Amino acid sequence: MSPVHHDHSADAAVAAMNSVTAAVPVTEHGTPVGFAVGRTLPVRVELSRQLRRRRTQVALGFMALLPVILVISFAFGSNNGARGAVSLVDLATSGSINFAMVSLFFSASFLLIVVISLFFGDTIASEASWSSLRYLLAMPVPRIRLIRQKVLVAGLLSVLALSILPVTALIIGGFAYGWNPLSTPVGEQFTFGEGLLRLGIIVGYVAVQLTWVAGLALLLSVSTDAPLGAVGGAVLISILSQILNQIDALGDIRNWLPTHYSFAWTGALVDPVRWDDMIRGGFASLAYAVLFTTLAVLRFRRKDITS
Amino acid sequence: MKGRLRRLFNSRERKITAVVVVLALVAAVTWAAWPAPAPATVATRDVTITAPGGPGIDEPVQLDSTLYLPAQTPAPAVIMAHGFGGSKRSVAANAEQLARDGFVVLAYSARGFGASTGQIGLDSLDYEIPDGRAIVDWLGTQPEVVQDGADDPRVGVTGASYGGALSLMLAGTDPRVDAAVPLITWNDLEQSLFPNAQATPADQRATTPAAASGVGDGVFKKFWTSTLMASITTGAALSASPTGVAQGDSGDSGFVRRGGTSSSSAAAPSGQSTAPDAGGTGDGTAQTPAAISAACGRMRVELCAGYAQAAQTGRITPAFSTLLEKSSPKSVVGDITAPTLLVQGERDTLFPLSEADANARAIAANGATVAMTWYNGGHDGGSPDPATEARITEWFQHYLADTGPVPSTAFQYTVEGPLSDTGSARSRTLEAPVYPGLTDATTTDRAAIALSGAPQFVVNPPGASPASISSLPGLSGLASTALSTFAGGLPGQTARFGSQPFGELTLITGTPRVTVTVSKVAVPGNVGAAAGSSAQDDGAVLYGSLSKVSEGGTRTLAGGAVAPIRLTNLPADGSPVTVTVDLPATALQVEAGSTIEVALATTDQAFAGPTAPAAYQISLAGGSIRGTEVAGGVSAPEVPGVRVSASDIPVGQFVGLAVLAVLALLGLILGGRVRSRRSDVDPALVGVPLSITGLGKSYPGGVKAVTDVGFRVEAGQVLGLLGPNGAGKTTTLRMVMGLIQPTQGEIRVFGHKIRPGSDILSRIGSFVEGSGFLPHLSGKANLDLYWKATGRPAADAHMAEALEIAGLGKAVNRKVRTYSQGMRQRLAIAQAMLGLPDLLLMDEPTNGLDPPQIHAMREVLRRYAASGRTVLVSSHLLSEVEQTCSHVVVVHLGRTIASGTVAELVSSSGEMVFSVDDQDAAAAVLRTMADDVELTETGVQADLGTVPPSAAVSALVSAGIAVMAAAPRNRLEDVFLTLIGASGSDETAGAADLAPTSHEVDYGTGSALESASALESSPDNRPNDPGGLTPVGTSSQHGGAE
Repeated sequence: MSPVHHDHSADAAVAAMNSVTAAVPVTEHGTPVGFAVGRTLPVRVELSRQLRRRRTQVALGFMALLPVILVISFAFGSNNGARGAVSLVDLATSGSINFAMVSLFFSASFLLIVVISLFFGDTIASEASWSSLRYLLAMPVPRIRLIRQKVLVAGLLSVLALSILPVTALIIGGFAYGWNPLSTPVGEQFTFGEGLLRLGIIVGYVAVQLTWVAGLALLLSVSTDAPLGAVGGAVLISILSQILNQIDALGDIRNWLPTHYSFAWTGALVDPVRWDDMIRGGFASLAYAVLFTTLAVLRFRRKDITS
Repeated sequence: MKGRLRRLFNSRERKITAVVVVLALVAAVTWAAWPAPAPATVATRDVTITAPGGPGIDEPVQLDSTLYLPAQTPAPAVIMAHGFGGSKRSVAANAEQLARDGFVVLAYSARGFGASTGQIGLDSLDYEIPDGRAIVDWLGTQPEVVQDGADDPRVGVTGASYGGALSLMLAGTDPRVDAAVPLITWNDLEQSLFPNAQATPADQRATTPAAASGVGDGVFKKFWTSTLMASITTGAALSASPTGVAQGDSGDSGFVRRGGTSSSSAAAPSGQSTAPDAGGTGDGTAQTPAAISAACGRMRVELCAGYAQAAQTGRITPAFSTLLEKSSPKSVVGDITAPTLLVQGERDTLFPLSEADANARAIAANGATVAMTWYNGGHDGGSPDPATEARITEWFQHYLADTGPVPSTAFQYTVEGPLSDTGSARSRTLEAPVYPGLTDATTTDRAAIALSGAPQFVVNPPGASPASISSLPGLSGLASTALSTFAGGLPGQTARFGSQPFGELTLITGTPRVTVTVSKVAVPGNVGAAAGSSAQDDGAVLYGSLSKVSEGGTRTLAGGAVAPIRLTNLPADGSPVTVTVDLPATALQVEAGSTIEVALATTDQAFAGPTAPAAYQISLAGGSIRGTEVAGGVSAPEVPGVRVSASDIPVGQFVGLAVLAVLALLGLILGGRVRSRRSDVDPALVGVPLSITGLGKSYPGGVKAVTDVGFRVEAGQVLGLLGPNGAGKTTTLRMVMGLIQPTQGEIRVFGHKIRPGSDILSRIGSFVEGSGFLPHLSGKANLDLYWKATGRPAADAHMAEALEIAGLGKAVNRKVRTYSQGMRQRLAIAQAMLGLPDLLLMDEPTNGLDPPQIHAMREVLRRYAASGRTVLVSSHLLSEVEQTCSHVVVVHLGRTIASGTVAELVSSSGEMVFSVDDQDAAAAVLRTMADDVELTETGVQADLGTVPPSAAVSALVSAGIAVMAAAPRNRLEDVFLTLIGASGSDETAGAADLAPTSHEVDYGTGSALESASALESSPDNRPNDPGGLTPVGTSSQHGGAE
């Protein structure tokens, strides 16, 4: 770097000051004209900040890639004929909706939890780790609004991820296995249209059921400056909940575990739809989500930002 | 004060919220995890009631009993009888519950069971039923029991299975019984153990749903019977079998667990009493008591012998039939006058629904009140549901205790939907106003469901093996369902006739009937019959069943049962015989799109069918269903009912779900709308960019980052916030930005009090503790997105100027993660200047910049302030502040220790340097008015103390000395060091840290300390003394130049 170059840029910087005009006009509230807190950090802006991240792109891309990997995996070897009871997985190759259902089934217990944790655990913690949080807050984006915008965008991304998987699986499954009616393990069949509706119910339920993970990840995200800690913590706790759910000795206490009803969506595979467990699971998840989110907001509202 | 109150309120609010949340959580967990409160103990009294031995038995039997007493006596009594294989202990839980409901409950072990003596007579009218009457007698003498008259206690009777039959027969033979609730029991024991489901004309005339009385010479139900025998010969029953079910006796409360110990000990004395009895009846030959006990347990020998015979031949003898008649309510149930609630199980291959139907018809014919419940359970698994238990209690409460409304005599039944994803079916309870057909006013509709199917040949394999499996006795509900789902009869042994798919959801409630023609086909292998061997002709045995077949092919066996028929009149020449079969009674739901299928099989594992090979041709026959000619079909009874069971939907949680969803949505909507909180504005300070008073920040645990900082910045100033590392500069700046909440004092920007996220922050541009960029974006994109995030018009950004200040050239399009420290620094300063904020906070802005850039940056900041805006530069570098700032505030250990213009600070020290022509003379003059006069190369140095420099100059001039220059000797470094030395003498770490960064380290002298004291103004009076802060002038830059 030559001094000449420095002088040039330095001079330019100083020269730029010549065009600095008189004070920016302010409103009666003392804020610059054109500023309104209600317009700070629009969803569109936050979305473009997040969508340009490699992490977001990889997560969304993987949701589209998983069905392809599954098709290839199913292509290996032949099904040796189901012995005993038929499971959902045995029916995976019977049609596109079945395939989409199985893709969801495989992802529900871990992959989706990781993805949701990633989107929500990253919200505040990654800004803190980039030190950009303080500039957002001093902008000022009011704290509750910041959380709200972050939650909206993380929610949008989560719904996107949750939709990409079944939609891709539906399309890929359709070409690989045909656009057949949905067959269920209990021997029922739904027409393609009805099957799509059922798939929609399932995706909707999974989305509601995972809200507790989102809430937990958000709470951890405002509690730590390390994004990995927030994401990993949420995943760990959900695994713990899944393990506890396996322990019969806990009896009815398990009904309070947020993951207890995580597979209640199989109720959408019978006619008429069995809503009871889905309602219990949805209620439990939303209750946890609201609790965690409230704690997150309370915590973040008055927290000293030292990152 | 107001702010403090508000903080207090906020923190209290927070605490309350936290406490409420914690309490709610604890309460929820406790409620969920707390073991159900131990119900109040019920007082009990063990008694032994003596009853006559009965015909042929001299010795009276001792009935081991327990009396359960309610809280208040006298009270009506309920006799509670146990199931086969059980004892009084099997019903303890139910007895206690009933005692809590206000009844004196007498639970006793029937003769031959538990600790009671005597032999099992299978609820014989000669033995067990008189025992029951003896118990009623005994209750008539008890003061705790309400008495209707002399020797007439107010008494009800209940029990399941074995106990149910006793209830019926006791009620039928003892008019003193005031109410009866028999559960899952029989009407005709012969039909139950040797069913022959050919529809009799009487059955076909009956208008009740489940009439199926059957005809004699039935097919031996070998599996169930052997299981029951095993339960008394081995002292234990099948663990899964609710044989001893008495209202929810799951089988583990009494006999199973103690099967190996107390049951055998109870059997020991009875074994001794058995021998004389056996001898007394004259049946005993050379049998030893042990052998009898091993073969028959404590069962009466003639029953045991009848069983043994049936088990070998599969046929019933007339003698055994007569014996079983003694054990059937059939003969006495028509005498019942007490209101009777019949509870029968829909999963019951032992005592099917038709048994309760027969009981109901007989009781109703006598004019007594009768009600019916079919619940989803029975001997094949499932205790009565809570609604049924409640119905039983209400029945007794009204008819015994005269409390509560008149119980409904409605007919309640449960139907199951298709198999659910959980592997079991969802059931719902329906209710019809009455059990139809009990009076002439009501009848059961029978729909004709057409079947189709060509005549089919079926074969009974030699030895009747392999055999179909339709049911296993006592199998739990789930497995039973699975069994009926996957067993559809063996090919070649089963004739099937199917219906068209149903157009709408249909309920079959009761006994469906089908009429078929059967003809014998010669089988070459049937050598036994051809040879005329001694093997008896068992006739043709067929097992009829009805299944629902869903669209997907799932098969559900109605009632989980098959109905056997034995045709002994089948001509050998192959001429057909038409027979109407009572298929198993059921409450079956057939969904639209499903079909039903009637199957007739030649084998079934659960029955002792003929072993001789045989073949038949079976075809559908037209039939007459109460006058209507039907061409090959099922006559399906239908009882319309309305749903009474609660919906599957958990209402509370559904409402909770909706409320939470609305809450979440509201939260999202309200979270975006910022409260227009009345901002706290001090009108006097509207023109002042920054005013800080009494600012303090202490963290929990008592660590104080800032103790007492107060200063004021006027428009147009470049103010240096000077202090060593750790002095609290950055914390102060963060508090100005609203990132950290002060614990005391306040910050006002243009008069507006700073709170987290205050709107007024929009007039502040800040660069604190380094840059904060999204590393995956370019510098340009970062600035763009930053500005877009403020929501302000793009034109207000002055992006071009900002980019010039950043001076990154083409690098501005590279990702920030590739930037050097200096590049980030410049980009961050540019970001802070976006929108040309009125107050610029710069924390160590020149860190990481190279000298030309530092120089330019100082110029930029000065010119920025010259535009009327304000710049606050914090630094620990003295030269930085000296060269950039017009004003300076010195902070040390969290306190403001000095403030003023740079010039003021520098000149406030008394040390002067005089450039004179005659140094010695000047020194002599100065010594008269100052201390510490020294001769140096630059001139005479003197500490004037409080003497004004002008006085010293005039003294020198008047002494004839030429004064070429007079200047304050100190630079800012010296002042700073003396200041922090004075204020932080107890902690020199800060000063020591400073040492390497400052040249000309000169630790303070005594006079410096004095000046420091003079400079240090009390923070309390500073706001009242703005004169001390009044800037000398924005152009005062002396001392800033090199």
